[in-house]
Amino acid sequence: MTGRYCDPTSPVMSDAPLDLLPPAFRDWFAARGWQPRPHQLALLEAASRHASALLVAPTGAGKTLAGFLPSLTRLARKRNRKGLHTLYLSPLKALAVDIARNLEAPIRDMNLPIRIETRTGDTPAHKKARQKVSPPDILLTTPEQLSLLLSHRDASDFFGSLDTIILDELHALVTSKRGDLLSLALARLWQLAPQARMVGLSATVREPDILARFLVPQDSVTPPADIVTLVGGARPRIALLETARALPLAGHTALAAMGEIYHAIQGHRLSLVFVNTRMQAEFVFQELWRINEDSLPIALHHGSLDATQRRKVETAMSGGQLRAVVCTSTLDLGIDWGDVDCVINVGAPKGASRLMQRIGRANHRLDEPSKALLVPANRFEILECRAALDAVEEAAQDTPDPRIGALDVLAQHILGMACADPFDATMLFEEVRRAAPYAELTRPRFDAVLDFVATGGYALKNYDRFARIRQGTDGRWRVANPRTAQQYRMNIGTIIEATMMKVRLGRMVKGTDTLRGGRILGEVEDYFAETLAPGDTFIFAGEVLRFEGIATNEVIATRTKPGTDPKIPSWAGGKFPLSTFLAARVRAMIADPKEWKKLPQQASDWLATQKRKSLLPPQDRLLVETYPRGNRYYLVAYPFEGRLAHQTLGMLLTRRLERLRLKPLGFVCNDYALAIWGMSDMSAAIESGRLDLNAFFARDMLGDELEEWLDESALMKRTFRNVAIISGLTPRRFPGDEKTGRQMTISTDLIYDVLRRHQPDHILLQAAREDAATGLLDLKRLSDMLARVEGKIVHKGLSHVSPLAVSVMLEIGREAVYGEAAETILEEAEAALMDEALA
Amino acid sequence: MTGAYQANATDTIIALGGVDFLADASGALFEPDTRSLIVADCHFEKGSAFTRRGHVIPPFDTQDTLIRLEALVQRFRPKMLVSLGDGFHDRQARARLSDDDVGRLSNLARKAELIWVAGNHDPEPIENLPGHSVTELVIGAVTLRHEPGGAGDFEIAGHLHPAAKIAGRGRAVRRRCFVSDSRRCILPAFGAYTGGLNIYDDAFAPLFARDSWRIYALGRERLYAIAPTLLLAD
Repeated sequence: MTGRYCDPTSPVMSDAPLDLLPPAFRDWFAARGWQPRPHQLALLEAASRHASALLVAPTGAGKTLAGFLPSLTRLARKRNRKGLHTLYLSPLKALAVDIARNLEAPIRDMNLPIRIETRTGDTPAHKKARQKVSPPDILLTTPEQLSLLLSHRDASDFFGSLDTIILDELHALVTSKRGDLLSLALARLWQLAPQARMVGLSATVREPDILARFLVPQDSVTPPADIVTLVGGARPRIALLETARALPLAGHTALAAMGEIYHAIQGHRLSLVFVNTRMQAEFVFQELWRINEDSLPIALHHGSLDATQRRKVETAMSGGQLRAVVCTSTLDLGIDWGDVDCVINVGAPKGASRLMQRIGRANHRLDEPSKALLVPANRFEILECRAALDAVEEAAQDTPDPRIGALDVLAQHILGMACADPFDATMLFEEVRRAAPYAELTRPRFDAVLDFVATGGYALKNYDRFARIRQGTDGRWRVANPRTAQQYRMNIGTIIEATMMKVRLGRMVKGTDTLRGGRILGEVEDYFAETLAPGDTFIFAGEVLRFEGIATNEVIATRTKPGTDPKIPSWAGGKFPLSTFLAARVRAMIADPKEWKKLPQQASDWLATQKRKSLLPPQDRLLVETYPRGNRYYLVAYPFEGRLAHQTLGMLLTRRLERLRLKPLGFVCNDYALAIWGMSDMSAAIESGRLDLNAFFARDMLGDELEEWLDESALMKRTFRNVAIISGLTPRRFPGDEKTGRQMTISTDLIYDVLRRHQPDHILLQAAREDAATGLLDLKRLSDMLARVEGKIVHKGLSHVSPLAVSVMLEIGREAVYGEAAETILEEAEAALMDEALA
Repeated sequence: MTGAYQANATDTIIALGGVDFLADASGALFEPDTRSLIVADCHFEKGSAFTRRGHVIPPFDTQDTLIRLEALVQRFRPKMLVSLGDGFHDRQARARLSDDDVGRLSNLARKAELIWVAGNHDPEPIENLPGHSVTELVIGAVTLRHEPGGAGDFEIAGHLHPAAKIAGRGRAVRRRCFVSDSRRCILPAFGAYTGGLNIYDDAFAPLFARDSWRIYALGRERLYAIAPTLLLAD
């Protein structure tokens, strides 16, 4: 690996002399009792050579200041300069605003002639207009705002003077379509301001080279970015919470640990209690208040709560008025909300890097250890927490897989570029390929996307007269009409929220049966709302609510009497699937009994029993158990590849069993295993050779059988919907809509069906399939796993359920079974009618 | 033409005013005595109507709808093929039909008499196409018209695009459906790009008493009679 390592505890490195920092800055550091850190000087040194650089450092290392110091020192010297000097991009607009506030201190203290401004969706139009006429020295903004700026004709004037581009939280940006969009915007910036140098800031990752590639044009002339890695720092003090009560074999509520969690809160100033899903947050919050005998101020924070309510919690946190906040990943990223001295992670962390990020929320100072507590919610999670803990102690991290740039994002970008200026297709193709995610893009695919942007790219060529972009006589592509550009600008971005419905608190008007609407509590996904029937009780915004009905697209709910139990079980396991890296560590730990002594007794006993009664899942082979139970026959496999990949596998295996006439009835899975059950004796079928396990798990299931299933898969339709929105096929907003409040769209499900039947190789269907491979279906992981275990299936026929299998069996009844089963639901609805008729 | 359709035991019969209509999983109704095949709300060229406003929706919707119609004609061998209004998405839709699709329609017209019942999207008679344009049609005691709620004892209509949302197994399935009672039947929309309106929408309230309506949801191969207790609002 290239680059240099800095040890923050060592004195200044010899090759980055202190005099890189001007005297005024040295005094400023000294006045606050600080010393310039080696990595801060290393970035100054890179800047003095005008080299691009990636800084990899843990939270709390003064990363942001390191990124900005070169710009601040440069700008401090240059009075009377004009034009934008430094562009800073952050994944969160709140972070951009926060950083702007933090930079104001040195600028004010040293009286620097530097104008620093933010530009987000919330910036008023007049301020945006003024920024265009008179750009600040430093502009802090988001990837979406950058794309918007680039879609205007004057983009080259605005960005032409750029000297430095800073990308913050790069590790979080590069793993998503947002990163793809940003990479394309960078490719355009490199064209407009070829002199600009890049600075990337990232939390610790295992292979920084992948991130470094993102920072520079992928061509034969640009040298790679320097990599500055900050090692060391105070080790976090992490402990695995041992519970007095035995943990359940399945479930995610962590109910057994609630007393210990409360005890930890009592012992600290401010604790962050991280959970993986909104529903878990609601549950933990409820349970903590149930036992909150000291009436400690404990608050709740998650993405579905109303924004004003969230702001209130954040303010109370910074003001030191809270003792604990139960939160989801909404508090994962970079912003400082207060003096957190303990992080409690409930449930399995799912990835080592995510865990590090969360732990970094505590003691936001590099030289003091962060304190964290891991709270597994079931026995498998004990193993996963232990593996994550080991990983953190070794400072091992997950590495984000390098992304292949998504085609829907490319379509969006191409339209944006046509809005900016007429473009030559070959030149734009070359430009796009300088962005790391698109470095391998082929010309035919680029042309297919271009064709889609222009006329839809349909085999029937009768859309030419409705083209959105057209080729002029000069061969350049330009926007066909101003409305197209307007529409593009209203729809920039790749973040697609699940459609949400507002939850409004209703109150019965006394003595009547009418409801009066009260305040908005927050939002729920509409697919959750649609499973509710009037009278159902569920937890939301920290209380148990009774669903009354839906009125003008809002969920109306009323308060329940204290002590009411929520009827709708609403925690879907983890939102994030177990990371590949962590999964490998868990597998290794299970396979090696010597590792078990690190585990709490209840976990090692559990594994020992498994070893005695069945087999331990081997590290490099796939264990399959079969056994009868009740009047059903079960088959359990342990791939450890995460819920999404297991769901896909379960769907395909069930279809295979059907074809073998082994009468499968359903399946369930968790992050570690899946269980299929049916009416036929699976052990006997394996014995007789009717079910050949090596053929059963053969990778060819990802061919035609996958295609067949995808035909009708609801997951695939959901994936297509996102592609349709991002690519601009069915934009969410139209010019004029905001006035009428009406939306005219055709359901993307219908479009998907029609397109599949008539042009199955259409570029958007290709894009959706590629998305599904890494997204909801996790095909890549499934395919890697199947390759790994090819011909290496270990079968154990049992007379009883095994100790490990119990944990997945307990998911039955908690989980929707047999995947989609739409026809089954219809059949059951018909049966219910018969029952009513006969009753 | 030979081989009139033979009813099966599993077919769903919707009886109105002494006439038995066979409801099909495709969303069509068939009346065996007059051998009339009825579909509602085809909305031909809905895709291109959106395209004119700047959406580049796949243009295969008319073709897709016609191919499904051809299959039905093949199966039922009707004498009369009735488009129960909104056959075309707008007044200019005829002009946007591809030559292929005009050919498909002409072919259909050679196999059955085409009847274009007027709808709110296509109130004018359709020009330059085979078939007859009418405002209403009568089969026995039953009046066939586009918008429900007209005069007469028995009625078959479209217009509302009924869809049922059905709860089960912790989730919900939304399907197009027939809604009927002893007086009236409303067909689901047949067009490839036509969405559905939940039958709990107010538009259905004056037409059906909820304790006596019957809901038949479109399944992959057959209709399912749905227990009203499992229906959900949107």
